[in-house]
Amino acid sequence: MLRPIFAILLAFVVAAANAADIGQIKVSKGAVTIERAGQQIPGAVGTHVQASDVVRTGGDGSVGITMTDDSLLSAGPNSVLALDRYDFDDVTSRGQFDASLAKGSLAVVSGRLAKQSPDAMKIRTPSAVLGVRGTEFVVRVGDGH
Amino acid sequence: MGISARFAVLVTLVACVAGCAMEERVILLPEANGGPTSLDVHQGSHEVLLDRPYAATDLTVADPWPYQATAAEVQATFGDALAAQPVRAAHFTLYFNEASDDLTEESRAELERMLADVAKRPVRDIVIVGHTDAVGSDQYNDALARKRAERVKAMLVERGIAQTDIAAIGRGKRDLLVPTPDGTAEPRNRRVEIVVR
Repeated sequence: MLRPIFAILLAFVVAAANAADIGQIKVSKGAVTIERAGQQIPGAVGTHVQASDVVRTGGDGSVGITMTDDSLLSAGPNSVLALDRYDFDDVTSRGQFDASLAKGSLAVVSGRLAKQSPDAMKIRTPSAVLGVRGTEFVVRVGDGH
Repeated sequence: MGISARFAVLVTLVACVAGCAMEERVILLPEANGGPTSLDVHQGSHEVLLDRPYAATDLTVADPWPYQATAAEVQATFGDALAAQPVRAAHFTLYFNEASDDLTEESRAELERMLADVAKRPVRDIVIVGHTDAVGSDQYNDALARKRAERVKAMLVERGIAQTDIAAIGRGKRDLLVPTPDGTAEPRNRRVEIVVR
């Protein structure tokens, strides 16, 4: 009886330790900020991202992020990209990655999560949900011009 | 509702379709290795399957509007996003002599290839996971796996890579690359797996 409880507790501890670091900003140009729990953090190169972060770029901005499952997300100017949910088990490659583009442009190279399970990675736009079967695609959400 | 009120509603609707609606577009790109690829686009009850390079869809207020895009359009619209794409992660496996944290001869060459890859990256994030074969106790193999990972980390630090950019852990004999019964000596299981991001 005790063993499963310990296993569950351990899983929580491991999850908590990993939660802080789900990816890293590798490329950052112009204005890039991260909105995290109501705070604005500069999105400089080397900054680690967390689940629920919202990454914004200005008119001169662009940003490239590598996630811990090796997926790559990069956004062009005037973009708002939310990392809504990220669970990744490094041993089994299982988990779930949901991100959404509220506006701007996004290039995606999916990683180990999508490779392991076609439903494991979803990108949302204001009107659609993209189920990632392949690896590389681009998404744009514009202001209707 | 009077005519002027109806007209006001109509004007608002038209204005919204033209101005409030976000214009959305999705384009599937070719795989780097030329392999098959696809993307499922769900918009309400509509579904569009993009399943060849540059297959694309606009997401209009009414329906998805599939079309065939071009590399030139992708470059024109997504040039900035694509230019910001990080260098892809690279995976390396280094092998060790039996019961030791010394690299095999071949793996010393692989180490050099890994260092060349690391040198190309402005921001490094390196994860080293040590493994063993199934000879010996869990306790022994956990220690050996960790020792192997730490040894590779030390080699990278010696070559000028910052300690803080490297994580080294050991998984003992829990994740055999080649499944074997317990107690089996298997050179391919005596390894560290390294991800360079």
